[in-house]
Amino acid sequence: MNIELRQPVRAQTAQSKNRLEIVDVDIHPKNTLEDFRPYLSNRWWDYLQTYGRRSRHGFVDGYPFPKMTPIACRRDAWPPGGGGPGSDLGFMQEQHLDHYGIDFGVLNPLAPSGQGDQNAGLSAALAFAANECQLERWALRDKRLKASVVVPYEDAEASVQEIRRRAGDRNFVQVLMLSRTAEALGRKRYWPVYEAAVEAGLPIGIHAFGYSGWAMTNGGWPSFYIEEVTEHATSAQAVVTSMVMEGLFERYRDLKVVMIECGFGWLPALGWRLDKLWRKMRDEVPHVTRPPSEYIREHFYVSTQPMEEAEDPSHVLDAMRWIGFDRILFASDYPHWDFDDPVVAIPPALTEEQRRMIFAGNARTVYRLD
Amino acid sequence: MRALMPYLPDFWRDSVEERGITSLGSISYPPNAPISARPDFRGAGPEAATTVGELQAQIFDRWGMSFAICNCLYGVQLVLNEDMARAFTCALNDWIAREWLDREERLRASIIVPLQNVEFAVDEIERWAKDPRFVQVLVLAMGEVPLGRRHFWPIYAAAERHGLPLGIHAGSAYRHPVTSLGWPTYYVEDYAAQTQGFQSQVASLICEGVLTKHPGLKVVLIESGVTWVPAFLWRMSKFWRGLRTEIPWIDRSPSEIFRDHFRLTLQPFDAPDSRDIVRRLIDHLGSDELLLFSSDYPHWQFDGDSFLPAGIPVDLVRKIMVDNPHATYFERRRTCSPGR
Repeated sequence: MNIELRQPVRAQTAQSKNRLEIVDVDIHPKNTLEDFRPYLSNRWWDYLQTYGRRSRHGFVDGYPFPKMTPIACRRDAWPPGGGGPGSDLGFMQEQHLDHYGIDFGVLNPLAPSGQGDQNAGLSAALAFAANECQLERWALRDKRLKASVVVPYEDAEASVQEIRRRAGDRNFVQVLMLSRTAEALGRKRYWPVYEAAVEAGLPIGIHAFGYSGWAMTNGGWPSFYIEEVTEHATSAQAVVTSMVMEGLFERYRDLKVVMIECGFGWLPALGWRLDKLWRKMRDEVPHVTRPPSEYIREHFYVSTQPMEEAEDPSHVLDAMRWIGFDRILFASDYPHWDFDDPVVAIPPALTEEQRRMIFAGNARTVYRLD
Repeated sequence: MRALMPYLPDFWRDSVEERGITSLGSISYPPNAPISARPDFRGAGPEAATTVGELQAQIFDRWGMSFAICNCLYGVQLVLNEDMARAFTCALNDWIAREWLDREERLRASIIVPLQNVEFAVDEIERWAKDPRFVQVLVLAMGEVPLGRRHFWPIYAAAERHGLPLGIHAGSAYRHPVTSLGWPTYYVEDYAAQTQGFQSQVASLICEGVLTKHPGLKVVLIESGVTWVPAFLWRMSKFWRGLRTEIPWIDRSPSEIFRDHFRLTLQPFDAPDSRDIVRRLIDHLGSDELLLFSSDYPHWQFDGDSFLPAGIPVDLVRKIMVDNPHATYFERRRTCSPGR
C-alpha cells in the first residue's frame, strides 16, 4: 500500500533487456458527469440536475464510510493541470503507464457510472455514457488502454443491449459488474448478462464495491471504513458461492470471471468448504454435477491488488499455488491510495515463469490482448 | 416447545397456548438436512441428541470424554419481542440446567443470552454466573448489528468478570439476509455463509476495541470453520497498517489480537484430504493455542471416529484435546469464581 510515492524506484525503461511485460488489469479513469453530458439525452441530463443520482445508500454525495484520503486516492495522483486523480490522460501516462512501462491497462470506471442506481433508466443512460467516454477520452487516445463494458447490471435487458452494442469492438475487453449487487450474481435474473458476454467473447470482471441495498455484513452495518474494505472479501465469497451453487457454469461453460480488487487469499478455503458441503448436500443442488472447487479452478481469475501479505511470505505463496499461478493477474489499482507498485508488490520468491504469467501472460489469455 | 413449557412464566405459557406458538425452530438447521445430524446419531425421527442417554452412549462412552459443553440451538435469538425473548431464553437455560446438567455430571453448558436487550442479557449472565457448570456466554454469528458495537459492552464486562468466554456459534437471527447480497436460493449457501458472518464479527470485535477494553475476554468461534482464518488475518492486518488512524485505540496488529483472544472449535475444519495442505494450514494459523476440540455432535462434520483432520501434527493433539479447552474454559473460570 502506498499513499504517495516519494521516490519512484527502479522504473524499468522500454529499452531494458529482459524487460518484464506488464498488463495492469485495474486502472481507474475518472470521468465526470460533465464529461458524460454529450452522451446523455436532455431527459437524463435534466433528471440529474433535478433529482441527482440515487445510490442504494443515503448520501447525496460521498459514501456511508468516508475514505481515508479524498476519493480514496494517492495524494500525489492529483494532476498538476487540475481535475481529479485519474482524470488526465497525459498525467496518467507520465505517472503510471510510461513510468512503469505498462504494456496494457484495463480500465474499470467506477462512480459516476450509474451502476446500482435505484433508477434503472438512469443507470442504463449513465452506463452508455461511461462507455462512450472510455472510448473517446481514453482507449482511442492511447492504444495501451482497454475499456470495460459498464453495464447497468440490475436491469439485465438493458445490460444485454449495452454488451451487444460493444460486441466486436476490441477496444472493449470485458463486461464490468460490481461485487455488491441487489441479489447475489449467480441468481437467474443476471444470466442474460452472462449469455451476452459469452456471445461477445468477453469475460465478466467483477470489481469490489457497489451498494447492494443490504447491510454490508450478514450481521448488520459495521462502523468503520477499515471494516468496509475488509468486508469486500466476504461479499466476494458470497458472489463465488452463488455463481457455483446456482449452476451458472454448467449453463455457460465458456464463461470466465475475473474477481478484481477482492483479494484472493480466501479463495482456497472457500472452495474446500463448498466441496465438503456439496458432498453432503448435493441432492439440494443436483445441477451442480462436480465439486465446487473444480468450477472455481476453471472459471475464476483473481487480481493481485491489494496484494496479500502474511507474516511469513511463504504462506501467501501457498495460497497462490492452491489457486493456480495461471489464474492470478497483476493489478495496480492506480490511482487509489492502496495502489500496488509493480516493482515491489509481487512476492520476489516467484519463479521467472510465474512472474511472467502473473504480470502479463494470464491477462493476455483471459482478455485476448494482442 | 412442550419441553420449555414447565419453565415458562404463566403469562408466556398462556401465550403459547392462546396464540398457537408451536416452535421457535430456526431455518439454520433444518432437522432433516444431512449436516444437522449424522445418520448414525439419528433416532427413529429426524431429531438427534434428544436424551442424556443418547449423549452418554454416543459421546462419553464412545470417545471417553471427560467433559463436554452443550450449546443449545433453539431460535430464541430470532424472537423480535424483547420480553418474549427473555422469557424463552431464561426457560431454555433452566431447561438445560435441569434436564441435562443435573443428569450428567460431565456436562457443561453455555448461557444463552437475549441480545435483543442488553440489560436482560447481563441479568441472565448474572443469574448463572454462580453455577460453575455454565462455562460460556453464547450468541449467534449473525445478529441485528455487529457484536463489537458499544451498547453490547456491558455483556462483555459481565463475561470478563466471571471468567466466561464469549462463544459465537454458527447461526443467524435473520435480521439480515445471510449474505451482503441478499437472500440466496439454497440451504447449502446459507450454511456456507456462516464463515462470512464470523469474519465480520471478528473484524467488528477487534476494530471497535472490545478486546482492548476487556483484556481478559476470550472469544470462541464455534462451528465457524477454521481454514478461512489465516487469509482473513492477512487482509485485516494489512488494512490496519494502512488505515490504523481511523481506529487509533488499536495499537497492535489484528493478527496478534486474534491469537491472544480468539479460539476456534475444531469441527468443521474445512480442509481437503491432503496431509500436506493441513500441515501448511496449521503453520499458517501461527499458534498452537487456537484450536479447541469439538465434535459438533450431532451435526455431520466427519464420519466414524475421525474427528482429527489427517495431517494434524502429533504434538498438537494434546493441546487441542485437553490443554487449550482447559485454559479457555476452566482455568479462568476457576480463578474468577473462588471457592465454587
